[in-house]
Amino acid sequence: MALNQLTDLTIAAARDGLRAKKFSARELAVAHNGAVQKIRPLNAFITTTPELALEMAAASDTRLAQGGALPLDGIPLAIKDLFCTKGVLTTAGSHILDGFTPPYESTVTEKLWNAGAVMLGKTNLDEFAMGSSTTTSYYGPAENPWRRPGDNRPLVAGGSSGGSAAAVAAHAALAATGTDTGGSIRQPASFCGIVGLKPTYGRCSRWGVVAFASSLDHPGPMTRTVRDAAIMLGAMAGHDPRDSTSAPVAVPDYEAALTGDIRGLRIGIPKEYRIDGMAGEIESLWQSGIGWLRDAGAEPVEISLPTTKYALPAYYVIAPAEASSNLARYDGVKFGLRVDGDSLDDMYQKTRAAGFGAEVRRRVLIGTYVLSAGYYDAYYLKAQRVRTLIARDFAAAFERCDCILTPTAPSAAFAIGEKADDPVAMYLNDVFTVPADLAGLPAISVPAGLSEGLPLGLQIIGRAFDEEMVLRVGQVLEGAAQFAHRPSFIAIDT
Amino acid sequence: MALDKATVARIATLARIRVGEDELEPLAAELSGILDWVEQLMAVDTENVPPMTSVAEMTLPMRDDVVTDGNDRDAVLGNAPRTARGFFAVPKVVE
Repeated sequence: MALNQLTDLTIAAARDGLRAKKFSARELAVAHNGAVQKIRPLNAFITTTPELALEMAAASDTRLAQGGALPLDGIPLAIKDLFCTKGVLTTAGSHILDGFTPPYESTVTEKLWNAGAVMLGKTNLDEFAMGSSTTTSYYGPAENPWRRPGDNRPLVAGGSSGGSAAAVAAHAALAATGTDTGGSIRQPASFCGIVGLKPTYGRCSRWGVVAFASSLDHPGPMTRTVRDAAIMLGAMAGHDPRDSTSAPVAVPDYEAALTGDIRGLRIGIPKEYRIDGMAGEIESLWQSGIGWLRDAGAEPVEISLPTTKYALPAYYVIAPAEASSNLARYDGVKFGLRVDGDSLDDMYQKTRAAGFGAEVRRRVLIGTYVLSAGYYDAYYLKAQRVRTLIARDFAAAFERCDCILTPTAPSAAFAIGEKADDPVAMYLNDVFTVPADLAGLPAISVPAGLSEGLPLGLQIIGRAFDEEMVLRVGQVLEGAAQFAHRPSFIAIDT
Repeated sequence: MALDKATVARIATLARIRVGEDELEPLAAELSGILDWVEQLMAVDTENVPPMTSVAEMTLPMRDDVVTDGNDRDAVLGNAPRTARGFFAVPKVVE
């Protein structure tokens, strides 16, 4: 098979092709190692592991030859550089983790390797996953493989899982892992024209994922099709005693949930998601989405999520508060960067000043402030009360509907450097994605259309632990949207 | 809520991040901008609403209080910037 045919495959097609002996895992790995090199200009990877990929592929080929193939045998994946990978540099996009080589493997990546998947490398991200553009990375911004027609300015890949999204969109990996704390899987998926699934909180273990905000961090898959998201989630999910918030519930067969039948389902359309200044194209794409689901036999119903407008400010109290606590571990003693000082305190302060970038410093300071004596009740507890109201909004809505349809992001990808000097403008990117993080609900972004030549996603939010519903409706949306556009930059093109 | 330079200096010390004197003013403006925007939360009526403590409705599991891991000194120290005789090494803390 030609190289570009191998890098154009879906996970499902690659799985079938490997089993039918149409090509080997080694051929698939070689093609993708080449593709990873080709997309270097996008800065999507921080570390590449081509030799490891060949080793893992060889093991897959042995199993495939013996007829004992594992679910993801030979499937080349990119891993967000927030997942600890044993013996492979793990940076979280931060200077402060300089040279950190974990002596252990995160649960999610261990599950993927145990399922036979092959690692291509570690992808770029906003520093400690704090951002919506992958421009706060110590390793420089990741670039979107899409360009606006007639405009050569490089665009952001979204964030924080921007490197993963760019790698998958440019066909340098069949799929990638991401993490979503405020929208970091779904927003970059929308910006790069791919599928991104944030599972229910507790569905995928956080063990070995560099912590940002522990009550909000959700690992999940980023793929080119909804079916691939179902396949990959099946391998990533499951109870893990090493993560005390991991849910002890069985993992269903997600692929079997893709029946294509959504007749009679009630699709909630939240009236509060029509925000001021939203691009007309996003509103009309949303209307198209409603029409597609209606045509497939579902019934749109208007719902109300009245606390929505307070989700972002609540998030920007809770997430920095948890981050300021989690990031206390970076002290120049146990791993990563150390800047020498006259005393222990001096060493801590110099190390953290040199090791954290501007956005991380900003959030650690905000978090420290809202948790400090005298402000804890006014900010942190207030935000957690608002979070309860947001979760109640969803619970009430799900009395009237089976899932919720919204746009994924309020805009398409913007130019690198845009919004850089206004933190609040950058935060507004997550206006439609943050509520599902605060409530811990599963949500998928599916590419549904173009705005000035750039991809836009629609989002389906479901009930807790009902990823099956989200995937089923997401696939119907995908089928109706017929999104066949390709980015201007594909790793190995015809 | 406007933060002044002294408050920024205090929280920077609490967070153990050295912030230069010349950075305090711009940082105070930046953080105040974010807090002003967060201030809109005060408009929400949260009377009798409990703060969320767990996003998943589950009781944290207990496990037996036994050793499950350990004897990994070299792996634990393997990433340390400085070690001495099997310990993390830091600047002198006891006079």
